[in-house]
Amino acid sequence: MDNSKIGQHISEQFNKELEDIRNKVLMMGGLVENQIEQAIEAYTTGNMELAEQVIKQDNEVDLLEITIDQECTQILALRQPTAFDLRLLITVIKIIHEIERVGDKAERIAEMAIKQAGSEAKISHYELEHMAILVKGMLHDALDAFARMTLDDVPAITALDINVDREYDSILRQLITRMMEDPRNITRTLDVLWTVRALERIGDHACYICEHLVYMIQGEDVRHLSQEELEKRVKVSK
Amino acid sequence: MSEQQVRTHAIDMSSVLRGKGQHQEKNETCIKVENLNLFYGDKQALHNINMEMPKKKVTAYIGPSGCGKSTLLRCINRMNDLVDSARIDGKILLDGENIYDKSVNVAALRRRVGMVFQKPNPFPKSIFENVAYGLRIQGINDKRILEETVENSLRGAALWDEMKDRLNDNALGMSGGQQQRLVIARAIAIEPEVLLLDEPASALDPISTLKIEELINELKEKYTIVIVTHNMQQAARVSDYTAFMYMGELIELGTTSELFTNPVKKQTEDYITGRYG
Repeated sequence: MDNSKIGQHISEQFNKELEDIRNKVLMMGGLVENQIEQAIEAYTTGNMELAEQVIKQDNEVDLLEITIDQECTQILALRQPTAFDLRLLITVIKIIHEIERVGDKAERIAEMAIKQAGSEAKISHYELEHMAILVKGMLHDALDAFARMTLDDVPAITALDINVDREYDSILRQLITRMMEDPRNITRTLDVLWTVRALERIGDHACYICEHLVYMIQGEDVRHLSQEELEKRVKVSK
Repeated sequence: MSEQQVRTHAIDMSSVLRGKGQHQEKNETCIKVENLNLFYGDKQALHNINMEMPKKKVTAYIGPSGCGKSTLLRCINRMNDLVDSARIDGKILLDGENIYDKSVNVAALRRRVGMVFQKPNPFPKSIFENVAYGLRIQGINDKRILEETVENSLRGAALWDEMKDRLNDNALGMSGGQQQRLVIARAIAIEPEVLLLDEPASALDPISTLKIEELINELKEKYTIVIVTHNMQQAARVSDYTAFMYMGELIELGTTSELFTNPVKKQTEDYITGRYG
């Protein structure tokens, strides 16, 4: 199912409406990807201005979420879509919610960046950055799969979540050790923990987006399945 | 994520939820169409149709104009016998009995298979006589039986409360929606097994349409209903099963919820989503 599916309706106006929604979702995704990028940079470099910017950008994301939701509601009410069109709209309503949550996580990282700035005793950013690259990639690929309307990369994206979880656990262990070594570290270390946790959740949201996409393209609900089960169910063209 | 356990648990849940058992409850077949071909002169209007319609369920036929859905519907009570050029081969089994068998009495068949058309066609008689007509031509003239049947039929067609004080008024003075429900009352007065509805709401306003749809929902408790409609949302709302036809062929038959959310055939998808076929 290629994305030209959107543009084949007898009603040209309907084509435009769907195309418009699709573009807005991608725009929202782009904004959020940018937010994560900048939030991580702000966190690792202590750039307060950048952090402020990320927090401000969240309003734009929220606004887009509301707009897209309204447009979907309009189409549901006026056009009574069926089959793929119906699944597309249901999926859009769900994935913009995921994207919005990712935006919130970026905002949280930016807040932590502001809180941390100025304090010395930094934790090595190496692992955190590595995790950030992983989850950014997952989100990007999930949005790309939506743009291209294909499930080919979906199993690979969701498989990465296991790596993310592993890294999260390993960082968590380090942080616990640090807190045990010196209780004066606890407050600061908890802030780091929130940041890492936010990254881990971004990976989860990317996976949820993938699951919604399977419903959109295949009409099958693959939520709450193990990775192996998901790989069995998802039909890839390769 | 330490959700591994939650996830494994969820698999079991989901396989229960998706359990096909719920969907595929074994329905008793009421009408079975076998290798049905229909020709109008040289032109073949139906191509090798095979399908089953379960008892006390609503089956809807959808498809573009000229796809053969009304023709197929009319085969079920042999209305096509009235068309000189029509020739049929194949079988339609009603409760296991071929209605095209030579021994079948067509009038008796049509008592078992009632039909309602697109435009309401009440007789220019009183409301009471319209509903009582079917019984009268069967020779039933007992006033008590007639009154009881008229009341029950009008109740069945959700018309009794509106009409109980106007039973002697001329039926042609009723609104279109009321006339259509009257015609349904007339059809159910003779207690058929099957009701064929050919675009029953297409000439009605939205409120009357909803009343007819509501009525269909109630009638399926007692009758097997087959409905032809151009209005897909209507098919989606009232039917349990939907058949999509195209150019005289049955393309897809499935549960209505599946067919409208995740059709199997591309032609079905194109049609119900309004795409170029």
